[in-house]
Amino acid sequence: MLSLNNIEVIYNDVILVLKGLSLQVEQGTIVALLGANGAGKSTTLKSISGLLRPENGEVTDGEIIYEGKPIQNREPAEIVRAGIFQVMEGRRVFEHLTVEENLRAGGYTTNSKQHAERAELVYNYFPRLLERRNHVAGFLSGGEQQMLAIGRALMAQPRLMMLDEPSLGLAPMLVQGIFEIIKRINQEQGMTVLLVEQNANIALSIADYAYIMENGRVVLEGKPNDLRQNADVREFYLGLTEVGSRKSYRDVKHYKRRKRWLS
Amino acid sequence: MSPDEILKFLRLSYTALSDGALLVLIALALVLIYKATDVINFANGEFMLIGGYIGYQLLIWLQVFESPGLIVLLAIIGVVVMTTLIGVLVERLVLRPLIGEPIISVIMVTIGLSNVIQAIVGLIWGKNPRPLPIDIIPRFSPFRIELEGARRPLNLLPDTLIILAVAFVLVGLLLLFFRRSKHGIAMRATADDQQAAMSMGISIRFIFALTWSLAAITAAVAGLMIAHVTNGVSGDIHNVSLRAFPVIILGGLDSIAGAIIGGFAIAFVESFSSGYIDPSVKTVAPYIVLLIVLMVKPYGLFGQKRIERV
Repeated sequence: MLSLNNIEVIYNDVILVLKGLSLQVEQGTIVALLGANGAGKSTTLKSISGLLRPENGEVTDGEIIYEGKPIQNREPAEIVRAGIFQVMEGRRVFEHLTVEENLRAGGYTTNSKQHAERAELVYNYFPRLLERRNHVAGFLSGGEQQMLAIGRALMAQPRLMMLDEPSLGLAPMLVQGIFEIIKRINQEQGMTVLLVEQNANIALSIADYAYIMENGRVVLEGKPNDLRQNADVREFYLGLTEVGSRKSYRDVKHYKRRKRWLS
Repeated sequence: MSPDEILKFLRLSYTALSDGALLVLIALALVLIYKATDVINFANGEFMLIGGYIGYQLLIWLQVFESPGLIVLLAIIGVVVMTTLIGVLVERLVLRPLIGEPIISVIMVTIGLSNVIQAIVGLIWGKNPRPLPIDIIPRFSPFRIELEGARRPLNLLPDTLIILAVAFVLVGLLLLFFRRSKHGIAMRATADDQQAAMSMGISIRFIFALTWSLAAITAAVAGLMIAHVTNGVSGDIHNVSLRAFPVIILGGLDSIAGAIIGGFAIAFVESFSSGYIDPSVKTVAPYIVLLIVLMVKPYGLFGQKRIERV
């Protein structure tokens, strides 16, 4: 459905953020993109959704193919109309608009006649939002705002929903709930999901396939179960070590060497 | 109160009503742009100027038609179309290159724009005031209010009521637009968070063009009415827009309700202070009121506070 081939992204004409990144997203799956801070995960999503431009970023090499057509460096509005919707990091709800108006803004590109129907669907997944439909979004709790951000995406009826760190700043219980709903949306609506996360554990629990990024490249990829078995992933992303063993500085150096080798 | 004082009070209030309606329109044009783009448009007065002059020119060109009603109607439609185009043009040529740049740069650009427009208007129409060839608002005979014991009767022009009605219709339409229509909501969304609005597929360029056009139309209508009230177009029209700054600061920069209430409040303050204290106090009085209000409500009467979740 979507494939990124060797893309390179440069900010402000000098800062090279993505250095030949490739990944594939198959129709109907959930693909997780994991990695540490600054690995380029958010940049990857923005290069797909066209939101790089306002930040002075540009895809300078490689291509992004969506349903057979190249879409790199297009306007965000075009991309949304083509069926890709990015839920931005940090929720970014419209604070002074009510929940309902936020949803209408989410459905901006679609026919407003089906608006009520789709709002119904959103309220089905997130009954909390129905209770709060006339509240100003700025006063919702963090969890509710995240629900609203995902709800806005549903309003646009995308075929590919991209989520940028939906777990950010939420309590573990809430994160669990949000991810269950993402999984349900994927299964019930047949919506393809590309998920960026720091919380590797929970992302792997719902993903069909995962990529691990470091320094603007994909360094590892595979099915979640295979990745879970990988010693590096266990240690660096899932925080699992041999119980009781002490870590020495040599291990860290070893990791750095290995990282160099990987990238 | 003696009959004379009652009539004076009525006269001052009546003046304040028509002034207030004009201030509301001017303030509204500023609020629209501020709401959607966080920019204070210093070229607002020049949009009024353009509205007045285009109206004047159209009234002259349209003299070929017989009926004055038709001429005025066509002229008004012409002004709306032209100012819409100007709004789009300003967005396209001046503001689009500045998307994503700091707000202060855009504000500076509007100051530049105001100078450019003034110069262009001066080049085309010169500096001398020109009377309108046809009245935009028909001149009905004034109502006369007589009180027993008063030395003179009070004459009130019905124009005021028409100006009030126009202002209210425009404001009503805009409010409806912001609450109900998809583009109105998109405009408010853009005001809240531009990047997030872009991620919903809202075209910021379209929204900005729409905002500037709506503001330009509102300002131009105000300009036309001022031309009517002052019996002609002149370079002075844009000075009236300065009086709208205390209005929007008083009402809150981003509040339509604030513009309405602020507009009338400032008009009444001006009118009463000049009538009861001294005409020279008129220009200062709004600012004194403004200072007092801002001490109590720093965002203005209806301004939006930044929402901080706790």
